[in-house]
Amino acid sequence: MPQSIPQDSVGIVTPQTIHFDQPLALACGQTLENYDLVIETYGELNPDASNAILVCHALSGNHHLAGYHSAEDKKPGWWDSAIGPGKPIDTNKFFVIGLNNLGGCHGSTGPQSLNPETGKPYGPDFPLMTVPDWVESQARLADHFGIQQWAAIVGGSLGGMQALQWSINYPERLRHCMVIAAAPKLSAQNIAFNEVARQAISRDPDFNNGHYYEENQIPKTGLMLARMLGHITYLSDDGMREKFGRELREGKISYDFNPQFEVESYLRYQGERFSTAFDANTYLLMTKALDYFDPAADYNHSLPSALEGALCKFMVISFTTDWRFSPERSREIADALVEAEKQVSYAEIDSDHGHDAFLIPNPRYMDIFAAYMQRVGADIPTTGKEAN
Amino acid sequence: MRADLDIIQEWVKTKSKVLDLGCGNGELLCYLQQEKNITGYGVEFGHDNITACIEKGVNVIEKNIDEGLAGIEDNSFDTVIMTQALQVMHRPDQIVDEMLRIGKECIVTFPNFGHWRARGYLALRGKMPVSKFLPYTWYNTPNIHFCTFKDFENLCLERNIHILERTVVDNQHKHHWSIRLWPNMLGEVAIYRITR
Repeated sequence: MPQSIPQDSVGIVTPQTIHFDQPLALACGQTLENYDLVIETYGELNPDASNAILVCHALSGNHHLAGYHSAEDKKPGWWDSAIGPGKPIDTNKFFVIGLNNLGGCHGSTGPQSLNPETGKPYGPDFPLMTVPDWVESQARLADHFGIQQWAAIVGGSLGGMQALQWSINYPERLRHCMVIAAAPKLSAQNIAFNEVARQAISRDPDFNNGHYYEENQIPKTGLMLARMLGHITYLSDDGMREKFGRELREGKISYDFNPQFEVESYLRYQGERFSTAFDANTYLLMTKALDYFDPAADYNHSLPSALEGALCKFMVISFTTDWRFSPERSREIADALVEAEKQVSYAEIDSDHGHDAFLIPNPRYMDIFAAYMQRVGADIPTTGKEAN
Repeated sequence: MRADLDIIQEWVKTKSKVLDLGCGNGELLCYLQQEKNITGYGVEFGHDNITACIEKGVNVIEKNIDEGLAGIEDNSFDTVIMTQALQVMHRPDQIVDEMLRIGKECIVTFPNFGHWRARGYLALRGKMPVSKFLPYTWYNTPNIHFCTFKDFENLCLERNIHILERTVVDNQHKHHWSIRLWPNMLGEVAIYRITR
C-alpha cells in the first residue's frame, strides 16, 4: 500500500457502472442492444458542464486513471502522474472522466459479458469494435452527464486516435484535442506486430477458438507471448540497453535455455503478470481496432480533408525514441492540421522510454502538458450558471 | 515588442495565414493574432520558447528548420517570416528558397556584417567582431553564415528573387537619414520583403 496517500493524489476512488439502453449500431454491421460502461470520475463537474475532460485509454488501459481503489492498493491508476490536484490535468479545475471502452475486460460490456441470445459469455462472438464505435459510445456517456462540449479530450496511443476521431465525428463537441504518441493510421509494420500477437494467442491450445471461459481455462501462454512482443515495441533500443544491457541474472552464462539475461526474465515476468490480468479476446479485439483505424479512408485517403471540419484546437506530442508510433507519424497529423488551417501545436519530447514515454512523467513533457492544460482551462466559458 | 517586429507587423495583412520560422517566444504571432486576426504558426526548436508559445496560445510546431520544411505545401502561406535567424541556418540560400516555395511573400531580417563597427573591429583588431549586438566569439557563435546587405541582395539577384521593400535600421531599430544614404555601412539590421 502507499505509505500514505500523497497530497497531489485524487485519493481513494470508486468506479461506477452506467447502463445504456439505446441500441448502438456498430461499424461491423451488428448492434449492441444495451451495454454497460464502467467509468471513474475525478474533480467536480461545474454547473455549466463545461469543465469536463475525457481521457481515452490505449490498448491495455482502462477506466482507472488516477488514485487508489483502497488504502491497500499498491499502485495508483495508469495516468496518476498527469491527473490530480495541481497536476497537468488539474482536478481542482477540471472534471475528468476515464472509461473502460466497449470490448474491454475491466467491467464494460465485452467478450466476457453474457450474450443475451445464448446466456453464455460472448467470447469470440463479441462484435469487433472500431474507434468510431467507441467515440459514439463516449458521446452517449457525455450525454449521460449533460456534457454538450468537452473542455478537452486527451489520449495517448490508441487513446490519441480516439481523441482525433472525436474531432472529426463530433467537431462541435470538444474545444481541445490532445493527441499523444499516436499515428493517423497503422503502418504495415504495426499491423504485422499485431498479427504475430494475435497468432500467439489464437494458436494457444487453451484458446479453444475463444470459448475458453466455459472450459475454465485461459490461453496464458499465448497472451504472455503477445504481451512480451508488445512490450518490446513499447521500449526503445536505448532504453533497453540502459535498463538491462547484457546483465546476467547469475553473473555467468549457464549454457541452457533458462532465462539468463535480465531482459529475458523481465519480459517473462511482465508477460506472465499480464496473462492472468487481461482477457485474450479483448486483446485480439483491441489490436483489430488499432489495425482498422484510418480516419482518412473515408476522405479519399486525405488526412487534411478528414480534418477539414474539425473546430477544436489541437496539441500533438511525440517522443524521440518511440518507434511504434514514431515522431514522423505525429508530424503527419500536425502537418495535416496545418494544411487544414486548424489551430495546432506540436512538440517532440526527448525520452529514452520509447512508446511507453507517454505514461512516464518527464519534466519537459509535464511542462508542455501543464502549459496546454492552462489554455484548456482559460477556454472554459465564464458565462452562464457558474457566474451567478 | 522588439522594434524590428513592430516594423514587420505593418507588412502583414489582416486575416492572412502566416508562418514564423524561428518564432522565439511567439511574441510577434501573438500580436498578429490579436491585432490582425491572422492564422499563424510558429516553427521553433528551443524548448523554453515552445512552452512560452503554448502558454500564450500561439500555435507552435517543434522542428529544426535546417532539416527542411518538406511537410508544408507549396504556396500555402500568405507570408513566411524569419527574423534574425538566417545567419544561424546551415544553408541560408536553401531556406530562402523553401520560404519562397511555401509563402506568397516572405519577410527576412538579419544582422548586417557590413556595418562600420564590424568592419572596423576586424580591420583594426584583426579579430572576429564581438559586440553587445553580436556577443558571441567565433568558436561558440550560432551565427555561422554572416552576410552583408550587399551579399543578400546579390543572392536575390542571382536567384531571381524580387525585393519588394527594404528597411534598414540601427540596433535601436531606428531609421536615420544617414542610414538611408549609406545602408551597408551604417545599418545594423535589414528587414526585407521578398517574393519570387
